[in-house]
Amino acid sequence: MSASGLAGQAQAGRESVGVLRRRNSRPPLSGGRRTLVTALIFLAPALFLLGVLIGYPVVYSLWRSLFDASGNVFVGAGNYLTMFTDPATFLSIRNNVIWVIVAPITCTILGLIFAVLMNRIKWATAFKLIVFMPMAISMVASGVIFRTLFQENPDLGAVNASLVSIHGWFSGGAAYPGARPRENLDITLQKDGSILTDSAVRAGSEQDFPLVGILGTTLPDNAKTAVAAKSAAGGEITGTVWLDFVTGGGGAPGQLGDHKKGLPGVTVDAVDSSGAVVASGTTADDGSYAIGGLKSGSYKIGLPASNFTQGYAGVSWLGPTLVTAVIILAYIWIWAGFAMVMIASGLSAMDISLQEAARVDGASEWQVFRRITAPLLSPVLIVVFITLIINVLKIFDLVYVIPPGSSLPAASVIAVQLWTVSFGGGNDQGLGSALAILLLVLVLPFMIINVRRFRMDRER
Amino acid sequence: MTAPAGIVKARRSVAGRILDFFGRGVVNVVLIIVAVFWLVPTIGLFLSSLRNSTDNSQTGWWTVFTRPAQLTIENYANLLGNAQFMGSFVNTIAITLPATVLVVVIGSLAGYAFAWIRFPGRDWLLIVVIVLLAVPLQVSLIPIARLYGSIGLFGSILGVILFHTAYGLPFAIFLLRNFFTQIPGEMLEAARIDGASEWRIFARIILPLGLPAIASLSIFQFLWTWNDMLVALIFTNATSQPVTVAIQSQLRQFGANIDILSSGAFLSMIVPLIVFFAFQRFFVSALLAGSTK
Repeated sequence: MSASGLAGQAQAGRESVGVLRRRNSRPPLSGGRRTLVTALIFLAPALFLLGVLIGYPVVYSLWRSLFDASGNVFVGAGNYLTMFTDPATFLSIRNNVIWVIVAPITCTILGLIFAVLMNRIKWATAFKLIVFMPMAISMVASGVIFRTLFQENPDLGAVNASLVSIHGWFSGGAAYPGARPRENLDITLQKDGSILTDSAVRAGSEQDFPLVGILGTTLPDNAKTAVAAKSAAGGEITGTVWLDFVTGGGGAPGQLGDHKKGLPGVTVDAVDSSGAVVASGTTADDGSYAIGGLKSGSYKIGLPASNFTQGYAGVSWLGPTLVTAVIILAYIWIWAGFAMVMIASGLSAMDISLQEAARVDGASEWQVFRRITAPLLSPVLIVVFITLIINVLKIFDLVYVIPPGSSLPAASVIAVQLWTVSFGGGNDQGLGSALAILLLVLVLPFMIINVRRFRMDRER
Repeated sequence: MTAPAGIVKARRSVAGRILDFFGRGVVNVVLIIVAVFWLVPTIGLFLSSLRNSTDNSQTGWWTVFTRPAQLTIENYANLLGNAQFMGSFVNTIAITLPATVLVVVIGSLAGYAFAWIRFPGRDWLLIVVIVLLAVPLQVSLIPIARLYGSIGLFGSILGVILFHTAYGLPFAIFLLRNFFTQIPGEMLEAARIDGASEWRIFARIILPLGLPAIASLSIFQFLWTWNDMLVALIFTNATSQPVTVAIQSQLRQFGANIDILSSGAFLSMIVPLIVFFAFQRFFVSALLAGSTK
C-alpha cells in the first residue's frame, strides 16, 4: 500500500511529479563515492539501530533456538519438537490458531457492516469516533475494562448482572436457597434437599408449609401476604407455602397471620406410596396452591429440591473454558474500529457513478453491494485482513492481562508462552527462542506479500 | 410494452421509499445499539473509578444511577498522592517523548536518503526495510535482554527508548520515504543547482513539506509507545516501569483494588484519548499509509 491516501496536498501534483521524475532519470547527485558517503551519513543511525536491535536478534535467536535451556548443550531441532509435544506450549499454539481463524475475519466483517451502514445515518462522525476510540487505549486498560465487565459475581460484573436479570424475567425468579421447614410440624427437610411431609395426606384435605431460613428481603417483588388456601374438594389437596417469620419479631410460629408473606412460584408435588410424583401444582403470589385430579387415597406432599437450589448466577466467563472467547471479544472491541475506518476510507475514495448507474437500471441494494461495491473494495479488505492476521499472531497484552492467574494457562498464546518459558519462571531461553522463530516463520508469508505489493505499486 | 414497465418502476419507487424509511429507522436503531455496546465498557470503567473501594467490592458501577451520592474523586486524590504510581506516569512520558522524537528524526533522515539520494544497493536495502516491517518484536526480547544485561542497559529507560525506536523505524522509513518521493523533484534540483548541500535541502525543503507525514508518524508512534506493555515489562524495573506495567502488576490482586485499577487505567487513558481526538485525522492517515505493522 502506497501513501496514496495520505498526501492531501501532494496528491494533486502527483501525476506531474511522476512525469518529472521519469525525465530526470539521471542521478540527482553526481560523483559515486561522495553520494555513497552522503547516503551513509543519512542512513547510519537507522541502519545501526535496525542492525543491532532487529537484525542481530533474528540471527541470535535462530542460533540460540538450537541449544537447550543452559545454552551449552546443542539439541538441534529439539526445541522445535518440544514446541509440539509439551502440552502447555502446544495448547498456546492451538489457541493462536483459534485466534487467527476467528478474530481477523470477525473484525473485518463487522468493520465492513459498520462502514456500509454508517453512510446512512446523520451522526456518522460520532459513530465513527465511538467505535474507533478503543484503538487509542492501551491493551492493558482495555484488559482492565473487560476483566471488570466479565467478573463472575453478578453483583459486580455487568455482563453477568444483565444475564441474571434477563434470566429472572423468564424463569419467574422463584428460588429460595436455604429454606427449611419450621420444626415439629410433621414436615422434614430431606437429604436430597427437598421438603416432604412425614406422613401421607388424604386427598380432599389441606397441607401447609411454613418455611424459615430465608431473608424477607430476598423474596420476589410479587410475593403477597399469605392467606389460607380454599378448602380442598374431593380429588384435591390444597395448602399454603409461606415464610413463617415476622420481621421485628412476634407472630405465632406455624400460624398464618401477622402479614407473613407467601412464597410464589414454588412447585408442590403429590407423591404416592411408591415414591412417584402423580400430580403437582405451583403456588400463587399469596403462597397458596392446589393439586387437583387426585384419586382418593393418601399422598405424601413435597416441595422438590429444585425450589431451593441456588438461583442462576450467570456464567463463569473468566474460567478456563470461556476466557479465550472473552479476550477475543475485547480484541474485536478494539480492532473493529480499525477495520471500519480503513474500509470507510476505501468506500469514500470509490467512484460511485457505477453504483448509481446500476440503481438506475433497477438493481437492488444487495445486488449493487455484491456485484459492484464488494469487488471494488476487495483490495482494502485484503489489506485490513492481512494487517489483522499479523497483529493477531503476535497478540500478547490482552491475553496476559485479562485472565485471572488460574485460567492464564488455558488462554495462553505463542507470545505469552514465549514470555512464560523464557522470563516468567520457565528460564528456558532455548525453547523461547524457538517460539520466537516460529512467530517469525508464521509472518514470513505476509512479509513476502508486502514486498510483492510494494514492487507492484512501483511498477505502476 | 412500455406502459407496464413504467408502472412497475413507479411501484418499485414507492415501495422503495417505504423500505428506505423503515431501513433508515432500523439502521439507526442498530447503530445506536452498537454505539452503546462500544461505549458502555469505558463508561463502566470511568464510573468505577469514581467509587470508593468498599462500594466497588460490594456493588456494580451501575448502582450510581440509583445512588449518585457514592460518587467521589477520592481514588484520584489517592492516586495523585501515590509516589510510585506518579513515578510510573513520569516514566511513561520519559519513554514516549524521546522514542517519538528519535523515530521521527532518524526516520526522516533515512527516508530522505531512500527517496532522493541514488546510492548503490538502494532498492535492496529498501526491500530489507519492508521485510523488517512485519518482524514480530518478540524475536528481539531474548537477545536484547542478554545484550542489555551485558552492557548495563537492562532496567534503564534508555534501553526501552532504543528498543521502541528500532521497532518504529521500518514503518517510519517506509511512510516518510513514500511521502518524500511525492515532493516535486524540480524543487530539489533547483536547490542543488544553487549549490545547496544535502543537509540544507533536507532541512529547508523536505522537512517543511513533509510535515503532514511527520505529524501522522508522530501521533502513531506516540500512541504505540505510550500504550506498550510487553517491552517495558521485560526491560524496566520497579523504578523505571511505565504506567502500563504498574497497572498490570496491580491486576494480580484484582478484586481488592478496583479503585486503584480503574482510576489508574483511566488516568493512563486520558493523554492518548486527548491526542487521539485532537489529531484523529493524522492517526488515520498513518494507518492508511502503512497498515502492515
